[in-house]
Amino acid sequence: MGTLVEIRDVSKVYERGKQKVEVLHHINLDIAQGDFLALMGPSGSGKTTLLNLIGGLDSPSGGSIGVAGQRIDRMGGGDLAKWRASNVGFVFQFYNLMPMLSAQKNVELPLLLTKLNAAQRKRNAAIALKLVGLEDRAAHKPNELSGGQQQRVAIARAIVSDPTLLVCDEPTGDLDRQSAEEILTLLQRLNREHGKTIVMVTHDPKAAEYASHTLHLDKGTLVEQAALA
Amino acid sequence: MKYFHLIWAALFRSKTRTILTLLSVIAAFLLFGMLDAVRTSFDQAGQSANGARRLQTGSKLSFIQTLPQSLDAQIARVPGVKSVAYANWFGGAYQDPHNQVFSFAVSDNYLDQYPEIEVSAEARKAFAETRTGILVGETLAKRFHWKIGDKIPLQSTIFPQRDGSKSWNFDIVGFMHAKDKSAGWYDQLVLMHWKYFDEGTPYNRGTVGWYVTSVSDVNQADRVARAIDALSANSDHETRTQTEQAATANWMKQMADIGLIVGSIMGAVFFTLLLLTGNTMMQAVRERTSELAVLKTIGFSSRAVMALVLAESVLLLVLGGAIGLALASVLIPIVSAGSGGMLNLPSVGAGSWALGLTLMVAIGLLVGAPPAWRAMRLNIVDALAGR
Repeated sequence: MGTLVEIRDVSKVYERGKQKVEVLHHINLDIAQGDFLALMGPSGSGKTTLLNLIGGLDSPSGGSIGVAGQRIDRMGGGDLAKWRASNVGFVFQFYNLMPMLSAQKNVELPLLLTKLNAAQRKRNAAIALKLVGLEDRAAHKPNELSGGQQQRVAIARAIVSDPTLLVCDEPTGDLDRQSAEEILTLLQRLNREHGKTIVMVTHDPKAAEYASHTLHLDKGTLVEQAALA
Repeated sequence: MKYFHLIWAALFRSKTRTILTLLSVIAAFLLFGMLDAVRTSFDQAGQSANGARRLQTGSKLSFIQTLPQSLDAQIARVPGVKSVAYANWFGGAYQDPHNQVFSFAVSDNYLDQYPEIEVSAEARKAFAETRTGILVGETLAKRFHWKIGDKIPLQSTIFPQRDGSKSWNFDIVGFMHAKDKSAGWYDQLVLMHWKYFDEGTPYNRGTVGWYVTSVSDVNQADRVARAIDALSANSDHETRTQTEQAATANWMKQMADIGLIVGSIMGAVFFTLLLLTGNTMMQAVRERTSELAVLKTIGFSSRAVMALVLAESVLLLVLGGAIGLALASVLIPIVSAGSGGMLNLPSVGAGSWALGLTLMVAIGLLVGAPPAWRAMRLNIVDALAGR
């Protein structure tokens, strides 16, 4: 497997008023294509910051980030938005669905940025919903779905435009154990059967067990890399 | 169009707030439609080809000052004058002082100046032969259920008879009908004989309120007007002659500057609307910060997010404004009919719709600009973290 994500000497400094806070220190990391990586560490260790940099939501203060051969740290806001639309799917802890749209319309959102017509968008969204097991909930609005179902809709939205990379920030953090296991199994299936490269931030060691690798961050530095069975 | 459902859904995310705001927009544009009809109605008074061809001569001092009737023959001799007639304000009321009836005492040839007023040959003949005869506008006749042959008393609010009575008796001999909208005013008017009026009242004997002159060549109207005014130069009854259009506009302005009044009211209404919808949009966008951040996360550019917010704001205004103007279109004929002919408001025309739509889009863009700017500048990481 080739390398999908190449992170070289990446630092991130936030300015909070007059104070400068260095959140990440000279991170070097390669993520292989088809990997399922769990990022763990205590609060404030820089996990979400690293995830945001990998997903192109934020730019590093120093160093370089390459994804599938493209230097995303050099991209401007507009190019980065286009890159995200076609290369990355995002899954958040609190699902972040549009409350006024049905599950179907939520999943269709990323496809509005493509040249697909309405019928093609509807068909692709239906396929994604079927993949996460919610084809019978397409017309339901988020408040008519359970937490686990909402997260599955969010995953369908993340995969509907067939991105190479999925970035998941605490995807099971707001779910009960059973729903969490269903979501993690779904992510594992997407990784193993559909070849999605997944980077997942989690506090939960049980969730990390579903990943093929786990990395630990502490105070903005990678402290350990363990290969899991 | 593919984003329309997204904009629509965002607009009605908080149904109660949006409906209340929509009601404000509807009320504002309903008022705009009604007041614009009033303004248009006043603007249209005297606006016709005939209005440009006719000159009106009145006192230079004030429209309540009268002029000697002897000017009639002198004006008729001015080169370029085709014919001249005269009239006087009567100011009548029927049965009750609140039932004001616009009524003029006119010279025998007055109707010759107004081809846009239709009067049957029998009615004209009867009018010429009856000293107390009057011609009545059709709308006015319907309002009071008057028929030809009826004898009616009119109370003059200004001129008493020689015996001191303010009640004047008349015989209805015919009806008048305006052929086009510019003469619609005549559907609500009463015309009586100037001679009957002049001989009946002790006031202002041998004087008239104004002259109406038809010119042979409309391009010579200015020269003819100057020549008519020269007749009375340096006298105690100096005149001012202008086209009927200009005279009507001046008369309206002496009554009230409708354009200014309407403009002032609408300015205040739209300013309030600006603050109200501006506040609603700011609040709506502030509540959706994380949703806008998600749109950016999945690949919507900052400009696209800004355009979505602006479109939402414009949609709110256009939706409410169009309903308001449509309601005005429905209500105006009802109000006109309900006034018994006192009000003859034009329907909401293409000009009003165009101005209304321009206002809707302009206000929409204006109130949408601050929240759209905020949405465009939104930092994804901060917004998702709730900062």
